[in-house]
Amino acid sequence: MQNKRAIFGAKGLPYLLLAPQLIITAIFFLWPAGQAIWQSFLREDAFGIKTTFVALENYSRLFADPSYLNALKVTVVFALSTAALSMGVALVLALAVDRTLRSARIYSTLLIWPYAVAPAVAGVLWWFMFNPTIGILPYLLKGVGYGWNHALDRGDAMTLVVISAAWKQISYNFLFFVAGLQAIPASLREAAAIDGAGPVRRFWTITLPLLSPTTFFLLVVTIVYTMFDTFGVIDAITEGGPAQSTNILVYKVYQDGFVGLNLGSSAAQSVVLMGIVIVLTVIQFRFVERRVNY
Amino acid sequence: MVENQRWLNVLAHAVLILGVLVVALPVYIALVASTHESGVFLSGVIPMLPGRNMVETYSAVLRGGLSSQMSQPIWLMLGNSMIMAMMIAVGKIVISITSAFAIVYFRFPFRGLAFWMIFITLMLPVEVRILPTYKVIADLGMLNSYAGLSIPLIASATATFLFRQVFLTMPDELVEAARIDGAGPMKFFRDILLPLSRTNIAALFVILFIYGWNQYLWPLLVTTDPSYTTIVAGIKRMTDVADGTPQWNYIMAVAMLAMLPPVAVVVFMQRLFVKGLIETEK
Repeated sequence: MQNKRAIFGAKGLPYLLLAPQLIITAIFFLWPAGQAIWQSFLREDAFGIKTTFVALENYSRLFADPSYLNALKVTVVFALSTAALSMGVALVLALAVDRTLRSARIYSTLLIWPYAVAPAVAGVLWWFMFNPTIGILPYLLKGVGYGWNHALDRGDAMTLVVISAAWKQISYNFLFFVAGLQAIPASLREAAAIDGAGPVRRFWTITLPLLSPTTFFLLVVTIVYTMFDTFGVIDAITEGGPAQSTNILVYKVYQDGFVGLNLGSSAAQSVVLMGIVIVLTVIQFRFVERRVNY
Repeated sequence: MVENQRWLNVLAHAVLILGVLVVALPVYIALVASTHESGVFLSGVIPMLPGRNMVETYSAVLRGGLSSQMSQPIWLMLGNSMIMAMMIAVGKIVISITSAFAIVYFRFPFRGLAFWMIFITLMLPVEVRILPTYKVIADLGMLNSYAGLSIPLIASATATFLFRQVFLTMPDELVEAARIDGAGPMKFFRDILLPLSRTNIAALFVILFIYGWNQYLWPLLVTTDPSYTTIVAGIKRMTDVADGTPQWNYIMAVAMLAMLPPVAVVVFMQRLFVKGLIETEK
């Protein structure tokens, strides 16, 4: 930890200053997390009267449960598709903004506001647009012979939640791609241009490799976003359906815990999620530290 | 820009205009829907051009809620959202800035432990610990209260790290000068550190306000009493209608109102927003 040369000498004051944060952390973060870990080794009987210690049985059941394995698979598909869509679109827009001079600011303003829309509200908006009976897009799709129904078709449902989740994340990725592009020295691109490399070639050989730290950072952030912040999108559009096809891990914890009241399994799922967050955080801090300079 | 190729510039503008339109499309359609009467939606497809019913829809929604689907007036939900967002944003900033001050400017036993305890909160988003946290809140009798809505979300590692970085970059001479002049730690904090971190506080506030306003899962669980419902959590309940079709014009009006405050913050405080976004990810 970095240290200051000049410090104050008071004895009790620092504890007093830290107290509010540490008390909240202990009561609402560490204690519940500990509870989840403890609960994950227990099983309650059907009436909630007797609790027995079952060691790792909740975990072994969990990983033998086809619906949990399905949720894992759905989460991976959802996270990677959302990351690909939102980062791809954001990169194209960032490259375009990087070419414009005076109007860059206006375009940026018009592109970044979806960041502020709540995931649940974004879900409601897209759900309305794709409503099978009155939505605009199903109507247009019917014109080309495709019967859209995300309440019945698993592919349609996944497509819709991916679009809604990606729509919200474009703005964030866009801002960081623009910053990353501006950090690339113009002299490199000029040198390549003098050597006869066209815009497309320059993109593949100079811009894209130099953007790779930004890209990796955004990939991690977007995966964290899709795994933990898209509960509202899923709940507003599909509620995990049809037939579990959009039931991501976070949604399943909620369903099994609050709707199904299966405490042991829900706790074990929480612990698995904690493990995933810890791995992602370590990746973020260990490998993404020296990514871009603003 | 390296060379001036006209077709590339035209292409860039075309891509951007297309992007802006596609990004705005869902909101435009919702806005249009909120200006029509509910009868319009019974006949086939959503209209694409604005209607004349805007004032009626919005005033009905704000005053009375949606007659058949829910009882709470929307202005009450907007108020709840505002209270929750402000409590979360201000609370996070206050406890983080004092923690960072303690960690940077003092030496005391367990300093490293305190730092790690705060760091761990980064790895425990609400979504991961919902059930046990819900139980803690229930045991403390904090269900259906503003404290229950906001306090469990308040601890913040990112904000603490941000302020720690800001304080570490401040020159040591400031502390030395303050000590020579006989100023105690709290006077130094109030008269020197706080004014110097003003823009950082403002930038962080913008980000945290949006974070607080957009909370969905937590208010959904903690508030069973409709008078504490926030607008983001409430909108889902309006779309679940047991009988008949939802009143689309009202629902979309509520959606517009739910996104207006945070979007306005981003648009009107764009510089602070971008600063906050980039700083909190460092």
